[in-house]
Amino acid sequence: MSREISFTKAINEALFIAMELDKKVLCYGLGVDDPKHIFDTTIGLQEKFGKERVFDMPTSENAMTGVAIGASIVGYRPVMVHQRLDFFLLAMDQLVNAAAKWHYMFGGQSSVPIVIRLIIGRGWGQGPTHSQSLQSWFAHIPGLKVVMPSSPKEAKGLLLSSIFDENPVLFLEHRWLHNQQEEVPEGDFRIPLGTANLIRHGTDITIVGMSYMNTEALRCLEFLKIQGISCELIDLRSVNPIDWKTIIKSVKKTKKLLVLDTGSETGSLAAEIIAKVSIELFSEMVVPPARICLPDAPVPASFSLTEDFYPTSYDIAKKVCSMLDIFINENDFKHSLFPHDVPGDWFKGPF
Amino acid sequence: MEKNTKIELYTKMVLIRTVEETIAERYDEQKMRCPTHLSTGQEAVSAAVGLALQNNDLAVSTHRSHGHYLGKGGNISRMIAEIYGKEGGCSKGRGGSMHLIDLSIGFMGSTAIVGNSIPIGAGLGLSLKLDKSDNISCIFIGDGATEEGVFAETVNFCAQKKLPVLFLCENNFYSVYSPLSVRQPENRPIYKMVEAMGIPSHQGEGNNVFDVYKKSLDIISTIRKGGGPRFLEFNTYRWREHCGPNYDNHIGYRTEDEFLEWKKKDPILLAEMQLLKENILTKQRINSIAQVIKDKVNKAFQFAEDSPFPKKQDVFKYIYAGV
Repeated sequence: MSREISFTKAINEALFIAMELDKKVLCYGLGVDDPKHIFDTTIGLQEKFGKERVFDMPTSENAMTGVAIGASIVGYRPVMVHQRLDFFLLAMDQLVNAAAKWHYMFGGQSSVPIVIRLIIGRGWGQGPTHSQSLQSWFAHIPGLKVVMPSSPKEAKGLLLSSIFDENPVLFLEHRWLHNQQEEVPEGDFRIPLGTANLIRHGTDITIVGMSYMNTEALRCLEFLKIQGISCELIDLRSVNPIDWKTIIKSVKKTKKLLVLDTGSETGSLAAEIIAKVSIELFSEMVVPPARICLPDAPVPASFSLTEDFYPTSYDIAKKVCSMLDIFINENDFKHSLFPHDVPGDWFKGPF
Repeated sequence: MEKNTKIELYTKMVLIRTVEETIAERYDEQKMRCPTHLSTGQEAVSAAVGLALQNNDLAVSTHRSHGHYLGKGGNISRMIAEIYGKEGGCSKGRGGSMHLIDLSIGFMGSTAIVGNSIPIGAGLGLSLKLDKSDNISCIFIGDGATEEGVFAETVNFCAQKKLPVLFLCENNFYSVYSPLSVRQPENRPIYKMVEAMGIPSHQGEGNNVFDVYKKSLDIISTIRKGGGPRFLEFNTYRWREHCGPNYDNHIGYRTEDEFLEWKKKDPILLAEMQLLKENILTKQRINSIAQVIKDKVNKAFQFAEDSPFPKKQDVFKYIYAGV
């Protein structure tokens, strides 16, 4: 059975199921039991599972990451959450020097099954330190798993798999996805980590997207379909490890690759994907691969400065058409009806 | 204190000293190819706290962890093999001298970044509390680690949650070459700072193994009974350089005189004198303990020499668990 629920409800449901299945699952983070419940994702958990397993914490991102590591090496499965990815940057020592290395540096004797939920902000003036999308940093560290769900169904299935994985998993939620609705299976539903999702079959070009960029891509695909262009859309889902097989297979077929990244361009995942695919399929590709990323600048706060900062579905359409050497008329394109700094009328700020 | 306890404390110290000094002696053979931080001079704390802890009590430690590992009863051969980078090492050659582990005796891991294992020890404490266990978690640290932000964060969390955690600080007065005077305010002892942060704290001289044992046992039993976290600071001194097998009193960051003052307080010598005076040990027995331990340590080195290196192609093994 499935029914339509929101992304945040899907997260909440996954947490309920995991905590019910295994009493070693813990849930903590600043605000998990406050009146806002991390955008409603942790609502009801403390009432159901008690204050020992679900708790607010001191504003100590680094130490509390270490606490999760310590509890996990003796059998607990902590799920920690930060309302912004940026806050978690205080915890890089614990993440990189301890969590990511633990299983390896002790010769496989002990592992760190923790999940850290990080919310990527965007729009409404979130600015330089409330909207960083640093998945490429995390993907660079061997030993970490890094997951970026792109829809409610993905969020539920990937979160349950992340919680029951034996490794440290960073679970990156894009704030602009939180209100999306989708049919989501009930019960313990899991999507294996490390697999990409072929969202749309197509023949003219391969588009690899991640997280919120898939929303823009899907919008763009509707338009391109009317123009007679057939795109293959792959949702990366897991940015470490990457499902290379699915990507390579698709590009072999379409001979063209466009990668959409929510992070800034230099050193991005888009760069890595293009490098790897180009090395493997250089002679088979008929146009140079391309990427759409954020500019290499801190994200500004001002309404005016952000106007062209985030690429839209129209930018994707323009790029695809230039790669296929097709002319499109901007007037045919249906632009978003909302101001550029909000995902829809559900979002009225402040964060 | 029972006679046997005293002998055991003494023996543990001799074991740690013999291991460390054999490493120093053989380091030039170039077979121990990793940075190595020796505990020579600091054996009393390792031996005493190691014995005061029970087998099921958990511990984490730092870059200078040989003593803590051996004091708690960690496997000697596997530790030496780890320093040799061998497959038979306690971390299968992946970690080296600074990443020791022996799960069978609750030594959950030592890590190399100053302060890094502190919150991990608190996480162990949280798990023990949730499990309603009467075991405790011991976090070995040095004076330098108390300057890290994560130390303050962890002290705060342990105090707030009343976790069964012992912070065991060996104050050896130097962080690499930097003395306490350039790192911490004058007349503000570390344990006083921690006391003010909400954890009952104590300080003692760290080179009298019997005193350290009594104090530690007393504090550990308070924690075990649900008394919440405690901070225990012991003054002691590392004899050799921060990292490596040599003495370095000539390079200018500390004086030969200071070293000689501390050498007079050699924890093994102090214990020996007391045990002879109390007629618990004889010169003959002391020699035979030394010989037995020497044999044991030589065997451990032989185990390390004989153990194979990890296979080159196994470099990708253990990146992820559960594969």
